[in-house]
Amino acid sequence: MVWKLSPVSVWRHRIPRYRLIGKECKKCGKHHYPPKLACPYCGSRDLKNIELPRSGIIETYTVIYEVGEEFRHKAPVVIGLVKLDDGTRVIAPITDVAEDELEIGLRVEATFRRIRDGDHFGVIGYGLSFRPIRTNVSKTSS
Amino acid sequence: MKSVGIVGWGAYIPLYRIAVDEIAKMWGIDPFLAKALGMYEKAVGGLDEDAVTIGVEAAMNALQRAKIKPDSIGAVFFGTESKPYAVKPSATIVAEVLGITPNTMASDLEFACRAASEGLRAAFALVESGQIDYGLVIGADTAQANPGDVLELTASSGGAAFIVGPSSESVAILEGVFTFITDTPDFWRREGVPYPFHGEGFTGDPAYFHHIIGAVEGLMKKLGLSPNDFDYAIFHQPNGKFPLVVGKRLGFSREKIIPSLVTPYAGNTYNGSALLGFARVLENVAKPGDRILVAPFGSGAGSDAFSFIVTDKLEERKKLAPTVDDYLSNKKIISYSEYARMRQLIKIVR
Amino acid sequence: MSKIYIGGVGLNRVGRHFKKDIVDLAYEVSLEAINEAGIEPDAVIISNSLGNVLQKQNNLAQYISSSIGLRGKTAYHVEAGDGSGGAAIHIAYTLLKAKIASSVLVVGVEKMTDYPSHVTHTALSQLLNYEYEAYYGATLSGIAALIMRYYMKKYEVSRDAVSEWPVLMHYNASKNPYAQIRKTITKENVKESQIIADPLTLFDISPIGDGAAAVLLVGEDYEHQLEEKPEVFLDTVVHHAYELELTLREDLAALPTVRETVDLALKKANLRIQDIDVIELHDSFTITGLLILEEAGLAERGRAAYLLSDGRFRHGDKPEVNLSGGLKARGNPIGATGVYQVAEVAMQLRGAFPGLQSNSPEIGLVINMSGIGSSVSSIVIRKR
Ligand SMILES: [Zn+2]
Repeated sequence: MVWKLSPVSVWRHRIPRYRLIGKECKKCGKHHYPPKLACPYCGSRDLKNIELPRSGIIETYTVIYEVGEEFRHKAPVVIGLVKLDDGTRVIAPITDVAEDELEIGLRVEATFRRIRDGDHFGVIGYGLSFRPIRTNVSKTSS
Repeated sequence: MKSVGIVGWGAYIPLYRIAVDEIAKMWGIDPFLAKALGMYEKAVGGLDEDAVTIGVEAAMNALQRAKIKPDSIGAVFFGTESKPYAVKPSATIVAEVLGITPNTMASDLEFACRAASEGLRAAFALVESGQIDYGLVIGADTAQANPGDVLELTASSGGAAFIVGPSSESVAILEGVFTFITDTPDFWRREGVPYPFHGEGFTGDPAYFHHIIGAVEGLMKKLGLSPNDFDYAIFHQPNGKFPLVVGKRLGFSREKIIPSLVTPYAGNTYNGSALLGFARVLENVAKPGDRILVAPFGSGAGSDAFSFIVTDKLEERKKLAPTVDDYLSNKKIISYSEYARMRQLIKIVR
Repeated sequence: MSKIYIGGVGLNRVGRHFKKDIVDLAYEVSLEAINEAGIEPDAVIISNSLGNVLQKQNNLAQYISSSIGLRGKTAYHVEAGDGSGGAAIHIAYTLLKAKIASSVLVVGVEKMTDYPSHVTHTALSQLLNYEYEAYYGATLSGIAALIMRYYMKKYEVSRDAVSEWPVLMHYNASKNPYAQIRKTITKENVKESQIIADPLTLFDISPIGDGAAAVLLVGEDYEHQLEEKPEVFLDTVVHHAYELELTLREDLAALPTVRETVDLALKKANLRIQDIDVIELHDSFTITGLLILEEAGLAERGRAAYLLSDGRFRHGDKPEVNLSGGLKARGNPIGATGVYQVAEVAMQLRGAFPGLQSNSPEIGLVINMSGIGSSVSSIVIRKR
C-alpha cells in the first residue's frame, strides 16, 4: 500500500481548508491565505485567525492538461487564482465550469469538494473549490 | 401537536444531468420503460462530488434558513447508502466543515433510502426530550447502479438537509409519526460489492407499497385522520410512477402528490428522495395551516409516516437559500461517457 | 577582498541519459572540472532537488562524493528547487571567502527521466506550497500559466509576441552542443503545439531532461596551486529567499525577488545593468524569461517581448541573453540548472563556449531562480 495522503496532515490542515480560515495582520491589517506565522506584507508576527469571504473573482486561471499522477482521472484540471471579496487571494480548483465559461473577472463562490481521492485504501482529501456564481443557486448572492 | 418541528431545510442537486433515454440507448433498454417509469433526466454528481460534499451543500442551505449558530446543533445524523468511507463517519466531516464540532452527537445511519428518515425521528425525539436544542439531519447519496440494470435509469446524486428544533421556531410542526418495518430483502448491496442488486418486481408490492401503506395507515389511525385531512402527501420516489400509485391506493389525489415529484427530473437520490420532495412542497405550495404527510421508504424494508402542520414562519425562510426548483433549472446535460467518467464507472488504474 | 576563481568547469548534454544514474552523471562532469583545474577539491557541494523523490535517495552529498572518489571531504547537499545551483554556488563562495575551504567543487545533478512525465510533474509540483497549491492539483507549469495569462491581459501582449522568446532560445540552443533541444522553431510551432497548462504550450516550458554540471571554485590564496591561472572569477553572489505562494505576491506579473537580488548584486559589484555583456537567466517558462528581463531593468514592464522582436538580446547585442538556449532549450535539469548557467557564463568569458560565443565579453550575470521566484541567486562573474 502506497500512502498518497497523510491522514495526519489532512487532519492538521482541515480547519483552514474546510472553512477558509486565513490570517489578519494586527499591524498592517492585511489578510492572507494560506495562513502563515508572519505577515507576508509587513513581517509582523502579531496575527489572528479570520474567516475569509467565500466569494470573489477569478483574477487569472489555467486549464492544466499535463497533470500530476493523482489527477490523471480529473484532467484537465482547472486552477484559478481567486481574489476574494476582501482582496485575499486563494489558489483553488474551479469546478462545475466549462472551459468556454472561464474568463478573468468571473464571479465565483466556494464549494466544499472532494479534492484528493488518494488511493483506494487511504484517506480522502476534502477542501474548497470555487464555482461560477449562478444567481439562482448561489449561496452568497441570496 | 408536538413541541418540535422543522426549523430549516436545504436542498442540493448537482449541476449535471443525463437523459434517461441516453442510458436506455446505451444498454439496449426499451425506451418505453423509461417513459413508463415517468423519468426524464437524472442528476449526476461531478468528479469531485460524493455524498459528503452533497450533504455539506444541503446542510449549508438548511443552516442559512434556520438562522441558528452552527454550534447550537447537538446532533448530526447523516443518512446515506453511498458513504465515501465504509468505516469512518461522514457526519463528522460535515460537522467539522460547518463548525458544529466538537460538542455534538454525530453518526451515519444506514437503512437503504430510509436512513435519514430514521435520523429525523431520532432528532425529533432528542429535541423533544430536551437533550439537544437543534438536530441536523442529512439525506444524501451518489446512488450506485450496476451499468445496464434498470436501476441505472433512476439512481442519481443529490441530497436534502433538515434542521429540527423547537416548534416555536418551526416552519412545520411535527404532529405525529408512525413507523413500519419488517425484514424484507427487496434490495441490497453486500459488503465490498460496488453495486446493489434487487428483486425487481419484489421491490414493489411486498416492499415499497406494503411498508408505506402500513406506516401511513398507522399514522392516520393514531392521529384519527384520513387522506382528506392532508393538503399534500410526499412519498419516497424510486421513480416517477410509484408515489402516484401508492397515493392512489391510500386515497390521496394526484394533485396532492405531484408538487413533491423531483425524481422525474433529478432521478432517485435515495436518502434525499422523499426529503427533496418535502423541501419542494415547502418552497412551492405549502401555506400556513396546511397539513403535510411525508412518508419515506427504505428497502430492507421500512417506512416512516410523518404529519406536519405548516406555520407562518415558512414564507420568510423560503428565500434564504436556493430552492429545489432553482437546482432543477440549473443544469448541464451530459453524455453517457461523461456520466460514466464522473461516476467512475470506467476505472483507471492509479 | 580575496577573489574566488573558477578553476574548472564540466557539462553534460542535457537529455535522456537512460543508461546513467545520478552518480554517473555527477562523475563525468566532476572529473572534467577537476582535470581542467588540476586540483582535487577539499569540499563538495551537491546541488540536487528531486533525488529524494525520483531516486528515493537521501544522504546524497555523502553518496555522490564518496562514489566518485572524494571521500573524507566536507560535503553538503543543497536543495532549493531549480534555484539549487545558485544556492550551492553561494555556499561554496561563502566557504571560500571565509577561508574555511581552499577549493570547492559544486556539482549540480538531476535525473528526471526515470519515470513517466506525470510522475516527474508530480515531483516538480513539490516546488510549490504542497499543502495549499499542489494539494489542489496545481503544477509548476500551472502556476506559470496563471502568471502568463495575467501578464498577457494586463499588458495586452499577444501570443505571437511572447513566442519570440522560445523561438530565440531554440535558435541559440541549435548551436549549443550541450543543449537538450537543438532544433529551431517558429512562432506557429509554439502556438500549435500541445497545451500543457493553458495558455502555456509545450514550447513555453522547459523540457524534462537529465543533466549535470560542475564548477571547481578556488580561493585566491590557493590559486597558485593551479597549473593554469584561471581567467574568470565570481565577483558577487547574492541569494535571497521569499515565500513560495503566488497568492502572497502583490503584483502577479512581477518577480520582485529578481529585481531585488539583481540590484543588490550590481550595487555590490559597482556595476550597472548596461555594463553586462552576457547573461544566463532563468527562463523556466516563456513568461519567467520575459519577466526576468523586465525585472533586471532590461525592458519596461510588459515590453520585453517587443524588444525581442526588435532584435534585442540576441547574439551580437549587449547584453546577449541565454546564448546557451536557456532553460527553454538547453534544458532545465532542476538542481543542476544554476550550475550550468555559471559554467556557461564562465566559458563565455574565457571565449571557450562551443555554441554561440560572445565577442570578447568582460562581465557576465547569472540569474537562477527557484519555482516562480521563491528564491533567486544573482551572480556577477568577471574576467580577471
Ligand atoms: Zn502585516
